[in-house]
Amino acid sequence: MLQKIIKIENLKREFKMGDEVVHALKGISFGIDSGEFVTVMGSSGSGKSTLLNILGCLDQPTSGSYEIDGLAVKNLSKNELANIRNQKIGFIFQAYNLLPRTSAIENVELPLLYNSKITAIERRERAILALEKVGLGERLYHTPSQLSGGQQQRVAIARSLVNDPVMILADEATGNLDTRTSYEIMSLFQELNAQGITITFVTHEPDIATFSSRTLVLKDGNIIKDEKNIKIGKAALELAKLSIDDN
Amino acid sequence: MRILNSIKIAFKAIVLNKIRTLLTMLGIIIGVASVIAMLAIGEGSKQSIRQQISSMGSNMITIRPGADMRGGVRLDRSEMQSLTFADYEAIKEGASLLSYITPEVSGNGQVINGSNNWPSSIYGVNPDYLSIKAVGLKSGSMFTDAEVRSASKVAVLGQTVVDNIFGEGEDPLGKTIRYNNIPFKVIGVLEEKGENTFGQDQDDILLAPYTTVQKRILAIDYLQSVLASAVSEEKAPDAVDEVTEIMRAQHRLSENESDDFSVRSMEELISTFSSTSEMLTVLLVAIAGISLLIGGIGIMNIMYVSVKERTKEVGLRMAVGGKGTDIMLQFLIEAILISVTGGLIGVFLGLGATFFIEKLLNWPTSVALYSIVVSFAVCALTGIFFGWYPARKAAALDPITALRYE
Repeated sequence: MLQKIIKIENLKREFKMGDEVVHALKGISFGIDSGEFVTVMGSSGSGKSTLLNILGCLDQPTSGSYEIDGLAVKNLSKNELANIRNQKIGFIFQAYNLLPRTSAIENVELPLLYNSKITAIERRERAILALEKVGLGERLYHTPSQLSGGQQQRVAIARSLVNDPVMILADEATGNLDTRTSYEIMSLFQELNAQGITITFVTHEPDIATFSSRTLVLKDGNIIKDEKNIKIGKAALELAKLSIDDN
Repeated sequence: MRILNSIKIAFKAIVLNKIRTLLTMLGIIIGVASVIAMLAIGEGSKQSIRQQISSMGSNMITIRPGADMRGGVRLDRSEMQSLTFADYEAIKEGASLLSYITPEVSGNGQVINGSNNWPSSIYGVNPDYLSIKAVGLKSGSMFTDAEVRSASKVAVLGQTVVDNIFGEGEDPLGKTIRYNNIPFKVIGVLEEKGENTFGQDQDDILLAPYTTVQKRILAIDYLQSVLASAVSEEKAPDAVDEVTEIMRAQHRLSENESDDFSVRSMEELISTFSSTSEMLTVLLVAIAGISLLIGGIGIMNIMYVSVKERTKEVGLRMAVGGKGTDIMLQFLIEAILISVTGGLIGVFLGLGATFFIEKLLNWPTSVALYSIVVSFAVCALTGIFFGWYPARKAAALDPITALRYE
């Protein structure tokens, strides 16, 4: 039985810009099941970022309901939202957002520092495990400047995994990477998804979307397309093809 | 656990910015070091002044008859005749806080030795006088209690008297001089004391048994004053009270009658001098305090820049679950760590500076424990105070804008 991770009902978000009210999201509804790999697409100004902020509990909807892992987010205090972010969501950013001059392992430990239930020893163990999962078991003590872009994004992915979130939220996670590395990262995402991790991936690149199991397209604050991908591309295969071309 | 993590995070940030942190600390370091050094100098000079006054006999207590009216004429204290030998005896027997006591009578006259003569004051005292005035003998000896009892005509001279009535290289010991035509045998010469704080030559005196001065020179049987020394400087005020008590009983004064005598200690003089040097200390500390304030502003400045510079980091920390209080704590602890570490270095630097001032400049210094404690506490407070605003600013950041900040 599939479990609903995200339940969104008639969600609206409005911003006041002076006298004008901007409707960034105009009453959208959808759900995400556990184990899904959803890409959210749309041009700039479509409400993509607003949706991402609300999904990530960084922002609150103006009206409508949003439930994550059975928890209604509306009317929660700032601190309660911080706890949800800490324990239920893993963030991945376009610019990696790693702490400079700080080792990979310490970067990965970061979310656990804000969870007082986890001891220092447990923290370290989980960080090592997460880094091994993304294939950086050999580079625990490298600082971001000693790592390539792809490796930095892997550290960021490890960081998003370390707190065992119910969902990973990726914001243009391949935006700063070349095609080859993009495929590498997408292949990693697919691997993680195969292990049962739910992923929501915001992007504007259509070819990235082909690797996911479902695509949501936003336009002017409305969902204009929501469909399951019948033919899911394999990033690992694409990567292999690239290697052949190189030779 | 949470606080421990915050300390860890803050410590990391400091270690990552060593030079900047050190420069920020510099203000605090200089501030604390100067507070400690200044206070040590101030305290040292205070103590040295105290010591100098002590050498004049700081625990000295003077008992004199009170000025009064006799038949409409105000009489000088020394002519009051109300201070008697019995009073002296009573004080000597009754007072527990006095270590030395002597009667004192004095007169003026001409000292003559052969063809030389010199006007000087003669003081009639007992052998305790030397201990009370904290003066020693350069040569010869002091007269004895037996010589006091027998009213012997012996005298101990001050250096100024010796210089004026004896020729160069002439040994005054054993010589006979005349004072107001009474012959005295010179048995000792006092150590030179120089001028006192009021410009009086303390060496221009002759000492003789008070009995001799009473009978042979002044022809009186009362005392002009009684000098005593308290067992310690601290006990001097208590000793004054005790002597007052004895004197009131001795003079049979009822409750509503005021004292017909006065008891004074040198304590007042000391407090005058101390207050001068205290003022100096306050001034020095004020200057040092200002530099501490400037150091604090330096911390605020750097924390402010640091928050701005790490806006994106703050956004990330919030995104992964850091609460406002966590962010606030991180920056606050960072500020406190900087100021406290700076304070610690400042303490050692201050102690070192004090040590060198004492060794190289030969200034008296004395490091007071409270100066270390206070300046250190002020440091921590400076950190909290000046770290507060930037830390709050960081905590109030909106995670979305912070994450997008470039």
